[in-house]
Amino acid sequence: MTQGTSTRRGDRSRPRVGPLAAHPSPAPDLDVDALIDDPATRIIVCTGSGGVGKTTTSAALALRAAERGRSVVVLTIDPARRLAQSMGIEELDNTPRPVAGVEGPGGLDAMMLDMKRTFDEVVESQATPEKARQILENPFYIALSSSFAGTQEYMAMEKLGQIDAAARRDGTYDLIVVDTPPSRSALDFLDAPERLSSFLDGRFIRLMLAPARGPARLVTAGLGLVTGALIKILGAQVLTDLQTFVAALDTVFGGFRQRAQRTYALLQAEGTAFVVVAAPEPDALREAAYFVERLRGDRMPLAGLVVNRASPAAYDDLDADEAMAAAQRLRTRGDHELGAGLLRLHADRVRLVQREAGLRARFAAAHPDVPTTTVPALAGDVHDLDGLRRIGDLLGSAPATG
Amino acid sequence: MRRTDWSEVQLHVVTGKGGTGKSTVAASLALALAAEGRQVLLCEVEGRQGIARMFDVDPLPYAERRIATGLAGPGAGSTQGRPGTVHALHIDPEAALLEYLALYYKLGRAGRALDRFGVIEFATTIAPGVRDVLLTGKVYEAVQRNSRNKGAVQYDAVVLDAPPTGRITQFLNVSDELAGLAKVGPIRAQSDTMMTLFRSPRTAVHLVTVLEEMPVQETADGIAQLREAGLPVGAVVVNQVRPQDVAPDDLADALAGRLDRSRLGADLESAGIEVTDALLDGLVAEARDHAERRALEDAQRRLVADFDVPVVELPRLAGGVDLGGLYDLAATLDEQGLR
Repeated sequence: MTQGTSTRRGDRSRPRVGPLAAHPSPAPDLDVDALIDDPATRIIVCTGSGGVGKTTTSAALALRAAERGRSVVVLTIDPARRLAQSMGIEELDNTPRPVAGVEGPGGLDAMMLDMKRTFDEVVESQATPEKARQILENPFYIALSSSFAGTQEYMAMEKLGQIDAAARRDGTYDLIVVDTPPSRSALDFLDAPERLSSFLDGRFIRLMLAPARGPARLVTAGLGLVTGALIKILGAQVLTDLQTFVAALDTVFGGFRQRAQRTYALLQAEGTAFVVVAAPEPDALREAAYFVERLRGDRMPLAGLVVNRASPAAYDDLDADEAMAAAQRLRTRGDHELGAGLLRLHADRVRLVQREAGLRARFAAAHPDVPTTTVPALAGDVHDLDGLRRIGDLLGSAPATG
Repeated sequence: MRRTDWSEVQLHVVTGKGGTGKSTVAASLALALAAEGRQVLLCEVEGRQGIARMFDVDPLPYAERRIATGLAGPGAGSTQGRPGTVHALHIDPEAALLEYLALYYKLGRAGRALDRFGVIEFATTIAPGVRDVLLTGKVYEAVQRNSRNKGAVQYDAVVLDAPPTGRITQFLNVSDELAGLAKVGPIRAQSDTMMTLFRSPRTAVHLVTVLEEMPVQETADGIAQLREAGLPVGAVVVNQVRPQDVAPDDLADALAGRLDRSRLGADLESAGIEVTDALLDGLVAEARDHAERRALEDAQRRLVADFDVPVVELPRLAGGVDLGGLYDLAATLDEQGLR
């Protein structure tokens, strides 16, 4: 798409500043500004494992895009309280609200996902009021809609589909930025729709429905065994609740499956861009690598990788071992606290920077064609628009374009 | 920092926000507990094979495997210093359910039939409560090992690398989770028995955090939720703490941008380093960054101190956490009395 300009040889051979300075990486740079400025980019999905700063990255991207002229809505999942407050979305009402304090020509709305409410609305739109009420009150539905592993992912996609349809219909937004749930694994997010539909298609569900469907169906020995075991473990009441639930949900199954497929197609469509977010840690980068491969396998459009929270560059003319040895010499002699302390700090920082550069280089070696940008860690947490702007500036000013 | 006696605790549950290093802490704690010939079991429940990676062994099956020798005590060589053993177990809910059915209901054949009909997938997918009961049920069995499980290792302590802080109370509070689904019946009775262990002083839930705003806030929320549910809060483990070897006065100067360059220059020269302006600038800038971070860390540390919970601190390992690093962290936990 738009990465062409930043991958020219000339750009890459220019001297770099920042954490990668001492370790040129073969990866092309991710040009974030080109991505968010391109009117063809309609949806940006930020994904990655938990604790890497996905929410902050998506909010910063959305704000930057808005201040560069786009009409943006950002869908967040679980923002930090103060960040949510600063964006005016501490109330969970499942509707985008305008963010105050955005500068420039564009606009920014934000919303926080209410998973249960989104699920309830899907049920209500798919079933008769009577049927819907039955489903909404069933204890299994309550468990499924409020804590099923994957419901959050599925509902985030559902909401994305709704906002996208409304945006196309009414021209309200020309860019949707989606944060994904803080799952243990980034893959949960792509697998959720598939898991939910395969679950609803499962043998057991069909088994539970069998008595209600087929006239005078023979109860096989296997089924008797299963039912017997279930009653033994769960008790008869639970089994009855379960049967009621499954029967009621059956009427809306088709709807769920169709919606899951539609959302999947939306993710594959041109105009969608996945941004994989990671921290310079082995686990986070391993997740990112899985995810990149998975996106490729599913033919999903990958824009690139953002490595957040990189340690800021160290003074590079004194290596770690030398600094450590000098610190040791001062310590044994005593009375040179300041020098010894700062040398130790320097050694630590050099080691950290080298380790992170090594981790990134390994990722780049395995995925040489994934455009990457590195965002140095800020000293404090981000909880206002100014903080988001600073992150946006760091995201926008990719190392080689400055 | 309050020192506490943890020797009565048989089940150490380790939770923490994503990215704070809870798995590393759980592994180090297992090594620290496995001293003086003690047998320790380290369990993981999130299907990530993190233990196998940390200890550099093949992916773990659903079976207890000996993976490491514990921390050697100060009197190495004598009986007291003799290290113990760490076993590991990767608990997956489907295997746990089949085992549970065989063990408690003698449902060998029916269990497999359930699997064939997709019941197990169904149960573990739809009702996270059921899933959690199975996972915690296996942990419970390892702690309360009895004659039903013949020939199994008896553990002095079990360490659980648990789900993250946001989910931990729900995860351990199995009876409540099941309440909506199963009001009576055997699975309910089983979960009530488990709660008795989880709420007793034989269990401690440790929360791992780093000194940043969001993780500390989440830790505070987690502690409140655990207390409300009557679950015993153990220690707060502050992880990835930055080095502390710059004196407070110098830190304040670094922050204010008035660090004494001539003193620093003299120190460096006396260490045999060639002093240039660029070197001084570089070190002064690094000191300033560090001082900024330290100021933020100190503010968060004060909040952590207000939790009224024992606190232990672990250093950030600049080179990353390898097996050697785990033993270093274990020794640090041991020094601070968490063992």
